[in-house]
Amino acid sequence: MTEVLALEFMQRALLAGVLTALVAGYLGVFIVQRGMSFIGSGLAHAAFGGVALGLLLHQDPLWVAVPFTVVVALLITWVRDRTSLSADTVIGIFFAASMALGILFISRLPTYAADAFTYLFGSILSVRWVDTAAVGVLALVMLALLPLWGRWAYATVDREAARADRVPVRLDDYILSVLVAVTVVVAAKVVGIVLISAFLVIPAAAARLLSRRFAQMTVLSAALGVLTAAVGLYVSYALDAPSGATIILVQALAFTACAGYYIVFRRAASV
Amino acid sequence: MSNAAIEVSGLTVRLGGFTALDGVSFTALPGETVAVLGPNGAGKTTLIHVLLGLVQPTAGSIEILGKPPLQAPAKHIGYVPQLKTVDRGFPAVTCELVASGRRRSWPGRLTQSEHRETTRALEMVGAPNLCHKPLRWLSGGELQRVYLARALVRKPKLLLLDEPATGIDLVGEDDMYEYIEQYQRESGCAVLMVTHDWLAAQHHAAKALLLNRAVVGFGTPAEALSDSHMRQAFGHEGHVHPPCWEEHHD
Repeated sequence: MTEVLALEFMQRALLAGVLTALVAGYLGVFIVQRGMSFIGSGLAHAAFGGVALGLLLHQDPLWVAVPFTVVVALLITWVRDRTSLSADTVIGIFFAASMALGILFISRLPTYAADAFTYLFGSILSVRWVDTAAVGVLALVMLALLPLWGRWAYATVDREAARADRVPVRLDDYILSVLVAVTVVVAAKVVGIVLISAFLVIPAAAARLLSRRFAQMTVLSAALGVLTAAVGLYVSYALDAPSGATIILVQALAFTACAGYYIVFRRAASV
Repeated sequence: MSNAAIEVSGLTVRLGGFTALDGVSFTALPGETVAVLGPNGAGKTTLIHVLLGLVQPTAGSIEILGKPPLQAPAKHIGYVPQLKTVDRGFPAVTCELVASGRRRSWPGRLTQSEHRETTRALEMVGAPNLCHKPLRWLSGGELQRVYLARALVRKPKLLLLDEPATGIDLVGEDDMYEYIEQYQRESGCAVLMVTHDWLAAQHHAAKALLLNRAVVGFGTPAEALSDSHMRQAFGHEGHVHPPCWEEHHD
């Protein structure tokens, strides 16, 4: 175990994976309770469009994918706010358009796009210090925004009551969508675009099964995210398997254990 | 700035091409209950939403506790909505929902004073035993009481109630009006109450506002709910089913 931690690429991947999982676990509770699990998937596909554009322009995909995905996230939120279309319809449209753009950009690349596959499926070998630093900045921003937990939760449980109490729910929708977009992009190298939506949803869903209160659910979700990411990365190294797939499978196992516990012991108490 | 809790003058609301409210004017004084009645689609809930600042008026002036709706102090306004938009699948217990009314944010952990005031508010609505009950276990009537407790916990100067008796049995309805009137006696709070029950309006309100997008009648319940006004608003007079035992004649 200690020899694994001595490897520099593993240090980078672990730090990036654990910090991303912390942020994703925290944001995931709002995504799950607002019934917006599809947003992770939609923004992941937008991130693919951004990565492909970065490769086409011979720029670092990270710096192109972040603004690209943020713009798509803002557009999704704006269209949802200004029309009577449901969230999944709007996300579905932007999801497909971004993916189509990504495919178009990739098809224009003169050479085989190995980098694109790194982003699609995740690879701990590909995590650079700059990627880890980007995750660190995201975690710091999230820490600075912790005081907003109460009003985000308030708008999640009763949006109309929150609006009547002057909570800026629309502004908060935009802030949350931008945070999810950045999380999706910075998590892409560790987890992979294909699986990232599960990374946002599974820890929160498992935590929901064990929690009576939202504060408890938030702490549990972040803790489960961190634990499963660390275990998944270690398994990925030990088995020489893709990091994204191992992390998600460890999370799925954790969810199965929580669901089993809920069905056997807690359903009668119906938390 | 007047002393009225609510002062509305010439309020018009157009939503798209549809006029939801047209030139509505009325006042509610501190300590007074105003019942708002009218047929479905008369604009009753829209009126409450305008008073809360959730819907912007097209024309007219509105003062809530002496200020325009968006500047009125939300901490002094208690609101019980008609449709409970609360997410019942949200992991929470009742006292957290009630405490959110005081904090105007979701409480991570209740302070001692929040716990005390939350318990007191639940006692005021006859539901002290609901404090630790998960939201998803609450019946419709219990949720209605909890929402009233949530409105009362902030010790409001103005209570806006959108059909407060929805989902409550007859005895519970009487209790509900008693809780509201008791708080009103103690605090001098003004109450604006949307209801379909004109008997409740006659018994519990000092004034009635009969609405059908425009004001049909405003004044004492006897004046506002006169036969001619009821015909104008509903197309026919109101009627009450007499108890069945009064229908038998020898």
